[in-house]
Amino acid sequence: MLELIPNQLGYPLLSLLIFIPVIGSFILLFVRNAAAVRWIAVGVAAIDLALCLPLLTGFDTTTANMQFGENLPWITAWGINYKLGVDGISVLFVALSALLTVISIMVSWTAIQDRVREFMIALLFLEAAMIGVFTSLDLFLFYIFWEAMLIPMYLLIGIWGGPNRLYAAIKFFLYTLVGSVLMLIAIMSIYFAAGKTFDVLAIMNHQFTYAFQMLAFAAFFAAFAVKVPMFPVHTWLPDAHVEAPTAGSIILAGILIKMGAYGFLRFSLPFFPDAALAWTPAIMVLSVIAIIYGAYMAFAQTDFKKLIAYSSVSHMGFVTLGIFALNSQGLEGGILQMLNHGVSTGALFLAVGVIYERTHTRVIAEYGGIAARVPVYATFLLIITFSSIGLPGTNGFIGEFAILLGAFLHFKPYAVIASLGIILGAGYMLWLYQRVALGKITNPHNEHLADMNLREVAAALPLVVLVFFIGLYPNAAFQMVHVSASNLLQHVNAKVQHVPAMAQAVGSLLGK
Amino acid sequence: MSSPIQEILKSMTPLAPEIIVIAGGLLVLILDFFTDKQYKGYLGWFSLGCLSLAAVASHGMVGTTSSVFSGTFLIDPFSTYFKFVFYSACGLGILVSINYLKDENIYRGEYYALMLFATSGMMLMASAGDLITLYLGLELMALSIYVLAGFMRGSNRSNEAAIKYLLLGAFSSGIMLYGMSLLYGITGTTNLGAILQFLHTADLANPVLMLAMIMLVVSFGFKVAAAPFHMWVPDVYEGAPTSVTAFMSAGPKVAGFAVLLRVFLYALQPLHGQSTAILAGLAVLTMAVGNIMALSQTNIKRMLAYSSIAHAGYALVGLAAGGPDGAASVMLYVCIYALMNMGAFGVVIMLRKAGERGEDISDFAGLGKTNKTAAFLMLIFMFSLTGIPPTAGFIGKFYIFQSAVQSGLVWLAVVGVLLSSISAYFYLRVIMVMYMKEPVGSFEISRAPSLALALAVSASFVLYIGILPSQLLDFAKASIAGLM
Repeated sequence: MLELIPNQLGYPLLSLLIFIPVIGSFILLFVRNAAAVRWIAVGVAAIDLALCLPLLTGFDTTTANMQFGENLPWITAWGINYKLGVDGISVLFVALSALLTVISIMVSWTAIQDRVREFMIALLFLEAAMIGVFTSLDLFLFYIFWEAMLIPMYLLIGIWGGPNRLYAAIKFFLYTLVGSVLMLIAIMSIYFAAGKTFDVLAIMNHQFTYAFQMLAFAAFFAAFAVKVPMFPVHTWLPDAHVEAPTAGSIILAGILIKMGAYGFLRFSLPFFPDAALAWTPAIMVLSVIAIIYGAYMAFAQTDFKKLIAYSSVSHMGFVTLGIFALNSQGLEGGILQMLNHGVSTGALFLAVGVIYERTHTRVIAEYGGIAARVPVYATFLLIITFSSIGLPGTNGFIGEFAILLGAFLHFKPYAVIASLGIILGAGYMLWLYQRVALGKITNPHNEHLADMNLREVAAALPLVVLVFFIGLYPNAAFQMVHVSASNLLQHVNAKVQHVPAMAQAVGSLLGK
Repeated sequence: MSSPIQEILKSMTPLAPEIIVIAGGLLVLILDFFTDKQYKGYLGWFSLGCLSLAAVASHGMVGTTSSVFSGTFLIDPFSTYFKFVFYSACGLGILVSINYLKDENIYRGEYYALMLFATSGMMLMASAGDLITLYLGLELMALSIYVLAGFMRGSNRSNEAAIKYLLLGAFSSGIMLYGMSLLYGITGTTNLGAILQFLHTADLANPVLMLAMIMLVVSFGFKVAAAPFHMWVPDVYEGAPTSVTAFMSAGPKVAGFAVLLRVFLYALQPLHGQSTAILAGLAVLTMAVGNIMALSQTNIKRMLAYSSIAHAGYALVGLAAGGPDGAASVMLYVCIYALMNMGAFGVVIMLRKAGERGEDISDFAGLGKTNKTAAFLMLIFMFSLTGIPPTAGFIGKFYIFQSAVQSGLVWLAVVGVLLSSISAYFYLRVIMVMYMKEPVGSFEISRAPSLALALAVSASFVLYIGILPSQLLDFAKASIAGLM
């Protein structure tokens, strides 16, 4: 049974992480000068990032319990508490949220000229909500943050987005909202079924009936599958990505779509293990379809951003494949791959943003041979391309390897088909790189392209460092994740009562 | 021994809030004679003073229970809670009116008197312990509002609104009286408590009883604008002066729900099994009609009219759920709804400066650039009406649907949240137009301090309750004591 270890730091670390951006956005309300707004915003985000240091260094990797815990009564009539805590599954994403926010602000420095103050307020508000999602240990609180996130993201896409932004923004909003409200009903049902509590740790220990699990899992699945996004509810993602400003894309790809997978780990699996097992074959098949379909679609794209968006669909397929393999390799690989994908796709969108700011086009055919003019940029893009492909030595390799191992142990055909996705991934990414960077300059407009400036390098550098750090020393990340992940597995295995007929049939077929 | 006069006076003390409001209205009528045209606004502030005084009187009654006039008038936590909602709705209604009336050149003192009379009618409805008192309050409210709806005498639309409202209102009153008389015929009493006593032992399968119940549902459904009795709403809301629309969308609807709660969860409680099915069906239809029809509106007042229909649907979900939590959720919801809706209308009024400006959704174009504060307030109200946290609208909807889940009406909750996600489309369209479209021409908006105060109050309420709902929630939960 998991417990909440009270925060010993003497200051409420997690609350500070959430509320410093909120306070920052209030301060910004009274600042008129755009330059000052940028500096204050980046300063606030940097403070938040700095606060992740005590979080990561003080994190105890030997326990699966929730750490840095805070627990205050909030809405007593409904038994709702302001309960925060992190474990190995969430701690890395808190840090990643803080990092990507700083990077997003830096890449928007010159790209956003219109309504800078509102833009920064939306970004900081978004950061607060994201960290809130990863740290909430009360379902009601979680839902508040989960939904509140929609507001700034809607505005980011709709106000500062591309030509077709209005359509993309409302599509994003409606897709996620419909999924979320179904989860809301499930949350309410859980409240009554589990004895009037929203406490995540208490609900984890509650044994729900099989029928209840199946329905509630489906409702949670609606919310998380849209967010991940899984095939076939992924269609909002390419639209949203293409239209969103660079910062929006980075946050969207880096953090927001991880929340779906996080939801599976934090809620769906421990709450409804029986249903999760019963649903596993369907989810695995959908994951494999997403892997192949996303890669296939990526090949066909002529738009740089849309290509990466479809590659995200493919990569997130790997994540759900790993998670629902329900063994330690798959699970830990899935969590690590969430982190990796956040880093490398965040970096890829950063790369698109950098080049878009100069050329004002994202059509791949408009580039060609730019490596000769912008060597630093080309190197950066190459590193990220390798990371995305999963070349050994970069972060992508470790995660995908572990996931495939997990899938292989679970059911071999999944792993075989999914590994096709890796080959396809190498195909479209390398082809992309070739078309963008290699060869002779095909577009005369690119003759005088300026290379990345210091600010852009500074924004990109942490991501490059992470690519190699995780790639060469994956243990650091695995260590953070390991205890919590294996505890989750134990918990699931201990709670499972039904072995679904489907799984039995498949098991006997394989002679397990 | 005290004299009969003293006895009467003593029984009058619980009536203090009503007496203050009605006396205030009469005083406004008298003062109106002595007030020059440019000072009419002060009558509004005077009316606000009366409301505050009444609120002070009601504050002294929080948590107390008593009844006067042989049980026809009840003072209980339930009615006191609603009175506070009425004070807020009327107070905000007056605040948004003061400057608007001047702009529209319709400032006559009767306006505030009628607002106060309508409010006293609502208070009477909430306190009614008897069908007759209930009807009396309802008519007092309705008659005042018929006049208010037609207050722009020179405008055809305003006249049309008043006539439509009057005709359909009279029609529904007829149905209500018919239902009440049937109920009286069966039970032999008009006292709500006595009706409850009778029904405990009566044969509930009596078809006449069902007929009476259905007639009451229909007539109250008209008052709260539930589909399919909503046809009058868009035209009346569009035609009436915007300040009246704001007040109408909040006050009478809340009063309607006060009565619905009192009648269906108290007097007709034994019939809850039958009424739940009817109310749930009505809720689904109302949510569907309101949200779907609102999608295609281009006039913001019509859009908000359909939105108010949809919100009546959500509240009906709580009513169908029944039980202490169902009742408390309706009470919480209508309070939140009244304030956020007043806020939204306040912004609409703010935009009305010259001619017809501010009535089309496209008139909001670029407001996020030209007037950041107004746009930001509208953003808060729109997200709250959608029910997105951290706004009060979310808390309200959450409680409503939670009580439905608690009563086993999970299907109703699912239908409700799905229909409510449709609403995101038309609320967000306002935000989209404000923030994502370029402004057309220069913008001149009203900067009246009274309007600013109204918006500040409702916006802070929406955010405060969205983040710290405990106080209001506990108050609502404690206030069902008189009902259950």
